[in-house]
This record gives sequence, C-alpha cells and structure tokens, in this order.
Amino acid sequence: MELTLWTYEGPPHVGAMRVASSMKDIHYVLHAPQGDTYADLLFTMIERRGQRPPVTYTTFQARDLGGDTAELVKRNITEAVERFKPKTLLVGESCTAELIQDQPGALAKGMGFDIPIVNLELPAYSKKENWGASETFYQLIRTLLKDKVNEIDKINPQRWKSLGRRPKVNILGPTLLGFRCRDDVIEIQRILSEQGIDTNVVAPLGSSPEDIERLTDADINVCLYHEIAEISCEWLKRNCGMEYTTTIPIGIKNTIKFIHEIHEKLDLPLTNKGELEHKSKLPWYSKSVDSNYLTGKRVFIFGDGTHAIAAAKIAKDELGFEVVGLGTYSREMARQVRAVAKDLNIEALITNSYLEVEDAMKKASPELVLGTQMERHSAKRLGIPCAVISTPMHVQDVPARYSPQMGWEGANVIFDDWVHPLMMGLEEHLIDMFKHDFEFVDGHQSHLGHTATNAPDNKETKHEQSNISIKEEKSILWTESGKAELTKVPFFVRGKVKSNTEKYALSKGLPEINDETLYDAKAFFG
Amino acid sequence: MSKVELNKETGPREVFCGLTSIVWLHRRMPDAFFLVVGSRTCAHLIQSAAGVMIFAEPRFGTAILEEKDLAGLADAHEELDRVVNDLISRRPEIKTLFLVGSCPSEVIKLDLATVAEKLNKRFLGQVRFVNYSGSGIETTFTQGEDGALKALVPLMESTDDEKLLLVGTLANNVEDRFKKIFNHIGITNVESFPPRQSTELPKIGKNTKVLLTQPYLSDTVRDLKHRGCEIIYAPFPLGVEGSTKWFLAGADAFKINELKVHEVIAPLANRARQALEKHTEILRGKKLFLLPESQLEISLARFLHNECGMELIEVGTPYLNKDLMDEELNLLPDDTKIVEGQHVEKQLDRVRASSPDLVVCGMGLANPLEAEGISTKWSIEMVFSPIHGIDQAADLAGLFSRPLKRNQILTSKTLATH
Repeated sequence: MELTLWTYEGPPHVGAMRVASSMKDIHYVLHAPQGDTYADLLFTMIERRGQRPPVTYTTFQARDLGGDTAELVKRNITEAVERFKPKTLLVGESCTAELIQDQPGALAKGMGFDIPIVNLELPAYSKKENWGASETFYQLIRTLLKDKVNEIDKINPQRWKSLGRRPKVNILGPTLLGFRCRDDVIEIQRILSEQGIDTNVVAPLGSSPEDIERLTDADINVCLYHEIAEISCEWLKRNCGMEYTTTIPIGIKNTIKFIHEIHEKLDLPLTNKGELEHKSKLPWYSKSVDSNYLTGKRVFIFGDGTHAIAAAKIAKDELGFEVVGLGTYSREMARQVRAVAKDLNIEALITNSYLEVEDAMKKASPELVLGTQMERHSAKRLGIPCAVISTPMHVQDVPARYSPQMGWEGANVIFDDWVHPLMMGLEEHLIDMFKHDFEFVDGHQSHLGHTATNAPDNKETKHEQSNISIKEEKSILWTESGKAELTKVPFFVRGKVKSNTEKYALSKGLPEINDETLYDAKAFFG
Repeated sequence: MSKVELNKETGPREVFCGLTSIVWLHRRMPDAFFLVVGSRTCAHLIQSAAGVMIFAEPRFGTAILEEKDLAGLADAHEELDRVVNDLISRRPEIKTLFLVGSCPSEVIKLDLATVAEKLNKRFLGQVRFVNYSGSGIETTFTQGEDGALKALVPLMESTDDEKLLLVGTLANNVEDRFKKIFNHIGITNVESFPPRQSTELPKIGKNTKVLLTQPYLSDTVRDLKHRGCEIIYAPFPLGVEGSTKWFLAGADAFKINELKVHEVIAPLANRARQALEKHTEILRGKKLFLLPESQLEISLARFLHNECGMELIEVGTPYLNKDLMDEELNLLPDDTKIVEGQHVEKQLDRVRASSPDLVVCGMGLANPLEAEGISTKWSIEMVFSPIHGIDQAADLAGLFSRPLKRNQILTSKTLATH
C-alpha cells in the first residue's frame, strides 16, 4: 500500500483511453463502475475536446456482483458495436473489474463480430498510465498487423530508391494528453518534408485502424515518444525489419542529430547540413550578450523521461546552465535518466512522490525549475521561477497558439519559455549596479509576468527576508554584521549565498558568521 | 400527490462516484483528513476533480492498493496501519481521520470498520477514526456525503435540549445567514451538521428537529430518526420559493406563527425577486434538460421552472428518495418527466431530439454538447458554489443564465463576418 496525495500518472486504462481517443473508427468497452467516467473530463475539459472519448463504461454496481456481470459486459459490447460501428474494438477492464475476473476481452472475442477485437489486459495494481498507453498501442498494432507481417518481406529502409519514390516514414507515439504532441507532429512533418521525406502515417494521434494496417508501407519508423511507441517500434523491427529512430528531436543539437540519423537510415544524402544551425533562433539568442547572464544558472529538472532528458541536454549544452537536479517519474526510463545524470555528476531522482521532489528541489536551491505543473506549484511556494516541460497535462499545457517542443520552432519556444521566467540579463545587471540606491526596492520584480519572482507582491519577499533572520542553522550563529551583509546581497541569490556561507562555516568549524565570513565563502566558492 | 411522470432507466452512466464529495467535505472540516483506501484510479479521480495542486499538502489522499495487498487480507490491514501511522506522524494536526472505502476495497471486502475500531483504541484521545464507503458500485457523487455524515451520527452525544439542526454541508457564509434569519424568526438554538470542526459534533435527541439543507442524505436521515430526532419535511432551500417554504417548515416545527416568518422574510424575498429579474429575462421560456448527477436536479428544476419560467424537458436524477422529495415533486408542474438512473447514450439521443436551450450535465459531456451547438451548465459547480437561501437565488439563476448570455454575445451578428 502506498500513500499518495497526488500522482503524476493515472491508472493504465487511462493510457488506453489516450490511445483510443486519439484515433478514429475505434471504440473501447471498459468494464468499470460509474465513477471511472471521471476520465472523460481529462479529454473534454483539460484538452478541450469537442468529442466524448469513444468509451462505453459497463457501469456495474454492487447489486450486479451477485448476479451475472458477464451478461452486463456482453450487453454493453453489443450496444456499443451497434451504435458506434467501430472498425476495431478495444475491450478491457479497470481496477475493480480486474478483481471480479469476467475477462471481458475473451467474452467479446466469443461474440462473433466481424471486426478485429483487441483484448487489453492492463494490470491496474502494478502498472500506470504511460505503460497502459504503450501496451494498448502495441496490442493494437499486433492485432491488426500480425497476419500481414508474416506475408511481407523484411523492409529495407533504402527500398524507396528502387521503388522510385520519395522516402516515407511513420511518426509513432503522439497521443492526446501528451505534452505538446499536437504541435510536435506538425513541426516534425514540416522538417521531414523539407528534407524530401514523406509521412506515411502518424499514429495513434489522428489515425484509424486502416492507417495502422498500412504502417508497413513506410521505409522506417520515427519513434517520437519512447514512453508510448518504443515497444511497438521494437515489434515492427523484429517482425518486419523496420528500422526506427531513437533520437528525440528536442533542442537544436538533437534535432540535427535526428535529421542525421534519419538520413543515414534511409541512405538519403544530407544536402543542407550547413543551413541546419540557422533554422532556429535559439543558438544566436543563446550566444547574444544578454544571455551571458544565463551562464551557470542553477536548474532543477523533473518530468517524464523523454522531456527530462531532453531538458538536461539543452540546459547544459545549449543554454549554458548548470544542472543541479534531474529526475523522472517514468520508472520505465529510469535507466536512461540515471545515465544522463551520471554524466552531469549528479544523482537522478526516480520517484512518484511530489513531496520528495519538492524536498530535493529545496536542497538543490536552483534558480530555475523545469518540471511538471506540480513542480510549478512547489517552485512557486519556494519563490523560484519555473517553466513547465512535461505532463501530467493541465489546461495551460494546451495553448491556443502553435507551440511545439520539438524541432526548430520547438527550440524557439523552449528558449522563450525557460528564459522569460528569469530576470533578463541587462535588467539583472542594472539591479546589481543600483541596488544601494534609495529608489531600489528590495524584491524588485521582473517586468515579465507570471512567475514567483514577480508573483504576489513585496510581502512575499519581506516575508522571505524575515525568514532568513529567523531560520538560522541551529549550530551556527549569524552575527549582526553577518546578517547586515546578507541583506545587501540581491534577493534572488540570497538563499544560495546563505547556504554556501553556512556550508563554508561548517566545513571550517567556525562558531559564527560575520561579514568577513561571507566574503571568505564567496572567495572560496568563486 | 403530484402527477409527475416517474421513469427508471439503467445502462452505462456518466456520473461521479461518492469519493468526489471529499472535495467539499474536507473544506467544511479543516481538522479532518480523508484517506481513501483504493486504487490509483481513485487517487486520479479525486485529484482530477479537485485541482489538488493548489494545496501544499491536501487533506485527503489515497492508500493505493498494490498487487501484494491483494494477495492476503492480513497484509492489507497491516499495510493500512503503517500508512495511517506515517500519515499521523506527518500531520499531527489531524483530529478525525475518515477511512473511505472504494470500489476495489469493497470488492475484496477489506473490513475498514474493524481497522477503524483498532486504530481508535490505539490513538485514543489523539485522533478519531470513522469509516464509510464512497465506492462507485454503491454510491454516486453526493451520496458520499451521506455516507460520511451517517458515519458520524453514532459519535454524536445525546441531549434533550430543544434545537434546530441544519443537516448537509453549506458554505460558511450561507450557514451564518440561515442562523441569523432563524434567530430573527425566533429560533435561537440552531446548529449545523457537519460542523466546522469535526470534533465539535452537535448533540442530538428527541427534541432535535432536523431540517435538511441538501436532498441527498437518505441514510443520515434514517439514523438521525433512530436517535429520536424529528425530521421536518420541506422543499429544499434553493430559490426564493423553496427557501421560504423551508423557513416556514422550520418555524412551524417550533410552533412559530407564519406571520412572524413572513415579517422577517418578506423584505429579503422582495429584494431577491428583483435581483432575479435580470436572469429570468434570459431564462424565461427556454427549454431545460437536466442530466443526473448531484440529486439536486429536482429542486433545481422546480426553481428554474417556477421562479425563472424555464420549460422542463426532462429531469434526470441518479437516485430518487420519494419521502424526502415529496414536497419538491408537489411543486413541479404536472407531467414533468423525471428519469431516475441513466442510460447515457439513450439520454443523449433524447437531448438531441428535443433541442434544448440549456443542458445541465457533468464535465465529461459539457464540451462535446457545446461542440454540437447545445449550451450547457456543468453541474459540479452547484456543489461548490454558495447557492442556498433567498439571498443567493439570483446567483443560482446566474449560473444558468450566464451560458445563455455568453452564447448570445458570441453568436451575435457583430461577430458574423461572412
């Protein structure tokens, strides 16, 4: 039993719903009690969908349990097939139905329908949402393609040449309730078409069962989100030799690497190599002098595996930040995240507990947090600016404007989203110069809107200030001169200076901290 | 007896389960914690309905059952013990801990009553444990509150003092208002259940007269009756008419002259009717379809028809307690079509066929209906907003007139450029 106040991922059948709702001509009969219908609102309210998820809930009640719940399942399946006329039927159960073992998938298969039926067994007491989405996508592909893959030859990624057409790829992994999937797909298709590569099928988002059946018309697969599509890509590789890309095109370096990878796999000459660097404004914006102030900014990263890893690389290599924390709630990607963390000389945080994340955030004392909506709230409480980089989805993560994370435009969006919460360089410099002037208000706010740095009002900053004088390390005494010197430090680095000075004092065995200790520590840490 | 048309329907539903009521119960009793014993689905449901992220640490959570818990029940009890210990050491301010049963805990027959009993002994004088079920196989949405209140009834001490007990969660400001009005009417001993502090439960007995503020408390009412309380049957205090009759029924139980009540209420009622006018202008003659969710549907239909002039196409309700709703049903126009239960697909067919001007429905259905060109009001707002009482009548009407007004603004000719 695990005490959970809030969870990053829903149950696995919600993952199945994400796949079903992303597609056309598909219906999902879910053996579940009435309360499980809450999941519809994730799609209709958070994602603002104008269609109901294609899901029928069998709605069994306590009084049905003594009787024949299997009959109830069959009745719901019959009605759903008649009413919605799906071309493929998904059948599964949620947590409670799993306990009563009606095996709805097997029941459905015995009912004599002439449409493919996908039996979804998603263990609700051990697995979670992304796993459920991945498994559903895989089972769907397997069901629809298992006969076909036996008949066709292994797919050579370079066959487009002999077939006398442009190379064609599938884009696999985007779903509803996935972070900016809607726009990533457009951006990636745009990039591919610039390189003379056609898109065969995008799935699950926007595809139909017929589209799934023609996945094998493509030369290779683009695995856009490992959490959702890696298992499916692996199956397609094993069974029909389809190669797939593993680079996630988030950030300039990885977008370029992605383009190289795809060209190599297809054996397509890359003719515009020199142009690629200039497709996004990120490299120049990052190089421009104002961005000097981004150097070494301490950043704490937490999110799903794909986005956390991508964020760490961009932060370090493309923006010159220092990554002081990296973690994920995607246990399936723990290994990869740990490897990236190791390269950064930090230890990865793999957890489902947002309170643990908040504690780690506090300890790392970052200047910027890149996280989920939950980290945005935690960071707000700690007075640290934050940009959201990952699911779980919030209505704010489905912006009206085009704002991908991937590709060239994705890099532009990331530069703006991550840098705007911070104080602009020139502004920061001026504050530093004029901080002793009488006009200067301690707690000066950035003119840029929405983060804690300029959040409620001065009260918060004052409150913070008084906290500093109260919450002293038990073992170390701050003298009056030490305290006075500390208040002269700009508020946005004060927390950091305080903890560094205390760390220094402890390591030197000093009984108290005075103004000189501050300067000693400053010199020591550089 | 009214001549409304009562129908029953079964089939797939689109309704929340009783766990959802934790969202307003925890706000009512800030010294209580609600621990759901359930699955990841339960946790996800509550956080999706409640916007949990705004809390540093919410006063509700889920002990998520894992595979190893399902293997043997003894383990599950020990595990729950461990979780409760952790929770209490982390949150020492908790005075009452509700162990809330869920669909999976009911199916595996996890005996939360026994767990609560043991924990009560161990934490005697520190934390009180009560248990109830909010499972979706037994309860819908607001019935969760019924379960929680019923679980508290045995903890209420006995008294022979004469008092008026208002039963059902109210917004604090509405509660204050009600008490003040009853005081003016001449009833001075007025208490509320649930109270604002879980430890300050009102005492009850044979001279306690119970006036319900919410229509979904069947089980609680039954247990209060067993404790000797007198139940006052009345329409529910929604709108001017319902609230007036509700105050009158309360006063009548204390043998207070009707004239005295009217003397206090008349100025309020006149003011409220005036405030209602700007909404009834929009609502009058409009066709209304209520889908089942909160059990408030019948009272809302009565208000929106009698005071706002709306036409009722169909009034859905997840559950109908005829005893408690009798006074309300009598106030509805003849031949009002009431449907208890749901077959969501068939009901949506009827929605489309009847081309209503406004549909009251859950959040899962609202945007899809809007996309079909049908205006909606999502019903969960009814349990989160202060809508009870004469002073709130215009606000209540406003919840329904706003979507229509907005529709008018957005589709007016000024925007039609083609």
